[in-house]
Amino acid sequence: MSETAPRPGEAREHDILAELQAEVARDLADERPPQGGPSYQVVAAVVVLVLGLAGAWLAYGYGLGSLRRPGPGLWPFVVSVLIAVLAAVLLAVGRHLDDAEKFTRSSLLVLAGGATFVALGVLLPVVGFEIPAALLGIVWLRFLGGESWRSTIVVSLATTAAFYVLFLYGLKIPLPHLIAF
Amino acid sequence: MDWNAFLDGFGVVTQPSNLLYCFIGVVIGMLIGVLPGLGPAATMAILLPIAYNADDPVSAIIMLAGIYYGAQYGGTITSVLLRIPGEASSVVTVFDGFALAKQGKAGTALGIAAIGSFVGATISIVGLTLLGPVVAGYALDFGPPEYAALALLGVLLVATVGNGNTVKALVAAAVGLLLATVGSDSFTSADRFTFGSLNLEGGIDFVVVAMGLFGVGEILYNLEERHGKPHVPAAIANIWPSRKDLREAGPAIGRGSLIGFFLGVLPGGGAVMASLAAYAAEKRIAKKPERFGRGAIEGVAGPESANNAAATSSFIPLLTIGIPANASMAMLYAALLVVGVTPGPQLIDERPDLFWGVINSMYIGNLILLLLSIPLVGIFVKILRIRPAILAPITALITILGVYTINNSVFDIFVMIIFGIIGYLMKKTGFEPGPLVLAFVLGSLIESSFRRSMLLFDGDATGFVTRPISGTILAFVVLVIAMPLIRKAFRRDTPEPTSAETEPAPREDSLR
Repeated sequence: MSETAPRPGEAREHDILAELQAEVARDLADERPPQGGPSYQVVAAVVVLVLGLAGAWLAYGYGLGSLRRPGPGLWPFVVSVLIAVLAAVLLAVGRHLDDAEKFTRSSLLVLAGGATFVALGVLLPVVGFEIPAALLGIVWLRFLGGESWRSTIVVSLATTAAFYVLFLYGLKIPLPHLIAF
Repeated sequence: MDWNAFLDGFGVVTQPSNLLYCFIGVVIGMLIGVLPGLGPAATMAILLPIAYNADDPVSAIIMLAGIYYGAQYGGTITSVLLRIPGEASSVVTVFDGFALAKQGKAGTALGIAAIGSFVGATISIVGLTLLGPVVAGYALDFGPPEYAALALLGVLLVATVGNGNTVKALVAAAVGLLLATVGSDSFTSADRFTFGSLNLEGGIDFVVVAMGLFGVGEILYNLEERHGKPHVPAAIANIWPSRKDLREAGPAIGRGSLIGFFLGVLPGGGAVMASLAAYAAEKRIAKKPERFGRGAIEGVAGPESANNAAATSSFIPLLTIGIPANASMAMLYAALLVVGVTPGPQLIDERPDLFWGVINSMYIGNLILLLLSIPLVGIFVKILRIRPAILAPITALITILGVYTINNSVFDIFVMIIFGIIGYLMKKTGFEPGPLVLAFVLGSLIESSFRRSMLLFDGDATGFVTRPISGTILAFVVLVIAMPLIRKAFRRDTPEPTSAETEPAPREDSLR
């Protein structure tokens, strides 16, 4: 970050910025969950590497053409090779980075939240948005957010009603809906 | 400069519906600035469907722009009152802002920050008004090689300037470029990476990708931790700063505005970097630097002016050249494409209503924000007491229903969820989604400019270097890549506890 400070080349600027970054990092460190170890870094790098290699292989199949007449595969091939090279760099030197976060028990909340997204997507065309939306609200408020039953019911019903009015009347968007007036 | 078009722009803004959208935009911006969690880029992503549905595209753009600069005001409030930066660009405000709050001068800090924000932003809009047309005129001469080089420089700077691991940011950017190639190739209409799916033939919609990576990704990430408990803010009194405070803060506001304006124009620049640089500058020229961190009013005034000035001036590259300088601007770029406008130097002549309408809406938006953040600040302080658990399902629903409305397509919902999960996993493993989204949005521009240039040069890639403008830009690209290596080489004699690979600072997103 410091290389783009207003007057690069002045050494003191770097010092102050570095000092600041350290201060900020300390402050935020309290909020961060535990770090994931080297295995997180390796898995991430391998996933990226596979993506790069697969991309390069597929792109090669699309035809590279020549520099004079670039084929459809040339650009994706170049980008994929770049991805693979960067992934290899990560594998080589990035194993001890500390920027990964461990999956903990509370990561299950994310799984549950993601599942409600999928459920809404599946149910929306079938039964309209009202019931799935209210259910999503109940799950998120009561089970993921730990709200009381009373505020859960009030907020999820009010939200669903507000969306009904907003989308169908305010923005006049034909969302699939069950209740029609 | 065409003063008539400029004045007509005010006519556009003062239409009641546009005023309303401007108001809604800045209020939403201020709200999400106050509430930790969603940043402006994520919020703009979630609300992109508005661009499809609004009666007048100009209003939608005005609103989305308002979210970005509005968030810069809101972020201050939590920094001062709770010691939690609401936005990454208010991180440095925490030091002196919270110190002032502990001394019972929270009101002074907020008042000075609001005035500094207003002055910084306004100076920057004036700069944008005067400089915008000049830059656009200059950029009219750009051909495909210049665009390829410029967009590449933009992506690279966004990837390298942030605080996270540079290699990871570059990976994210490269994956964004690769994703942009999915679909039918515009030159040869050959299918690429579609795996036989008709839905993928037209390419992946960048709005859906952005909503997934930024919106759903952040919603899921926030579900997991932090922000679980409501916070009780410090009491504030006396929001109007005294004359003495103003005298002390005045020069800092001026300096911050200038620093912010210039850093905001650079690709990859923006509010976060500007606020850090302004804080550093204030500390360096102060007679008693030891006051900083213990409640120096300049430590609030400088960075807060700078982040607003930078947020404003980062509109220059987008509106005049067509290159978004950061992830939030990439969302605005996406919104412009959605409404059928290609951002670029021709914008000012082809759509003066949009160009001047958006710029002039910022004069008005900042006035509204000044009102919101001085007399009405109490309302936003009360909002801090809302539990995040109540807001989470509401944002989740806006996102899902919103993405559906784009094409009335359930397929889009699932694509968005997939990218949401990818975004969440990226955050968990230290990859920022910002460079990916920016590169994805710019990807097809870079590819088609690159291929058009190769046709133009008849296969001779040295043409990129020999054309004066693209050559200069590419020299910058090389400089950006070489700079960290050079610095590392020089630093070798002074070993540091943390290697350059693991810069610990908050990669909260310089890109928001």
